[in-house]
Amino acid sequence: MRTLPLGFVRIRYEVLTYFRQADTIFFTFLFPVVMLGIFSVAFQGLGKVGAAPDGSGGITQAAYYLPGMIAAGILLSGVQNLAVDIAVEKSDGTLKRLGGTPLPVVSYFIGKMGQVIVTSILQVALLLLMARLLFGVALPTDPALWLRFAWIYALGIVTSAVLGIALSAVPRTGKSATAVIIPIVLVLQFISGVYLAFNLLPEWLRNIASIFPLKWIAQGMRSVFLPAGFESQEPSGSWQLGWMAVVLLIWLVAGLVACRLTFRWIRKDGA
Amino acid sequence: MSSSPSGGAAVVVRDLRKSYGSFEAVRGVSFDIEHGETFALLGPNGAGKSTTIEILEGYRDRSGGDVTVLGIEPHRGGSAWKARLGIVLQSGSEAADVTVREQVAHFARFYPERRDVDELIAAVGLAEKAKVRIRNLSGGQRRRLDVALGVIGRPELLFLDEPTTGFDPEARREFWQLIRELKREGTTILLTTHYLDEAAQLSDRVAVIARGELIDIGAVDTIGDRAARIPIVRWRDAAGQVREERTETPAAVVARLTAEAGGEPRDLEVIRPSLEDVYLGLVQAAEAAAASESASAGAASGESAA
Repeated sequence: MRTLPLGFVRIRYEVLTYFRQADTIFFTFLFPVVMLGIFSVAFQGLGKVGAAPDGSGGITQAAYYLPGMIAAGILLSGVQNLAVDIAVEKSDGTLKRLGGTPLPVVSYFIGKMGQVIVTSILQVALLLLMARLLFGVALPTDPALWLRFAWIYALGIVTSAVLGIALSAVPRTGKSATAVIIPIVLVLQFISGVYLAFNLLPEWLRNIASIFPLKWIAQGMRSVFLPAGFESQEPSGSWQLGWMAVVLLIWLVAGLVACRLTFRWIRKDGA
Repeated sequence: MSSSPSGGAAVVVRDLRKSYGSFEAVRGVSFDIEHGETFALLGPNGAGKSTTIEILEGYRDRSGGDVTVLGIEPHRGGSAWKARLGIVLQSGSEAADVTVREQVAHFARFYPERRDVDELIAAVGLAEKAKVRIRNLSGGQRRRLDVALGVIGRPELLFLDEPTTGFDPEARREFWQLIRELKREGTTILLTTHYLDEAAQLSDRVAVIARGELIDIGAVDTIGDRAARIPIVRWRDAAGQVREERTETPAAVVARLTAEAGGEPRDLEVIRPSLEDVYLGLVQAAEAAAASESASAGAASGESAA
């Protein structure tokens, strides 16, 4: 089978083109990094989060925002990146051209998934390095927490990538793609505990956010990077990792079904 | 031919039909393209050329009729079938952030048989642009890259949909040279073009489509009404008036004119109608026939109502 080797050829090509586009570098790759920097610096004056009344204990603003920014990065690298990228490829003729070559569709998707995973791992690494080196955030030392991080990350990024492919069917033209996709992703970031502390949002808004995957990915990341004492501050009083897995798996399956139903090399017989 | 076990033509189209709702874009078109032949599909915009070619390429489904391309029905064609085709679509607009060489080398990986990447880039005249990113190419340069991507896999059958749109005359001549080279290698080519001289230069046979129907098919020098091919002698008479005469014996007419004028006739020309003249005659006749048909149909329905 040539499908797998061609998939790797595509990954190389996809990663190369990703890093040659100034807009994806800024709005997808560096965006959470920049936001982490801004939030960490801007709110430094507010002091530590979760400190005792006498000022002891607690964590820095950078440490507090790190899990949310990692979750946002997962959403951006998957959903925003692929939904815009594939919508543009549909409308500018890239997909039609590829559809006329012997390249298997599966190899094309291996390329897209590979692009998401490679760029997202680099993005997370950059976030962790920045938090550690620039803001002195203490990262977990317990291997069990890193194992938890690994499965939450893997489930999150795959779900996010699949949903990105499914959402790429929504914009009618490549030009409208960013205008359609970015607001969705931005609103989710505001209501899912990325920029605003989730436990400060009104309950009805928390309930809406709980339908979507980002809230759960952010919660999972908090369970990895925040001290255990923060678990009691969650609205439910728990990290709810089991529920997180269930919600993400439902979105993953729904996304796969949507991709299967909507993806076409070209808009066949649309005329 | 080794590539067709059945020994049939490279492309077989029988009574092809395609409707979009109540609109019939293609209404019963039939033709064959032999192995090694260069075949041009001509017709005005909206005549059904692109629909026909996209059905053959596997991009669209047909509504009726039978089609085989290299022995396979296009909508069932998988990777092995696509590896034997080269497709140059009408202008793409990809703003790819890869260089010409990177793109050609990347596409080469898709095919089991491939041309040498640098030789091909040179052959389409992009050697100097090999390290330039595609988004920085001019329209004509992009078109040459399209052609390179279409032939990188050594196709048995090459589809060229308006390949030289936007070329300057010199680039077109270079392009023709490239196509003749592919033809010499035995590539079967299906060409659509708006340039009739291009069709005349390159193709063995042409077919003319108008309003979804094939109105003529044959060698370039045989299509059209015989009368439309009769040479024209044109000159300026003693009164300064431009005169012309259609004749099978232009030399005799010129001799007569010379004798009458007692010397060289003014502004003398002997014109053999080009493919373009013949083509325009065909298309106008088809349009006129369709118009009178719908007029008489309207009259008939008027009568029955009365």
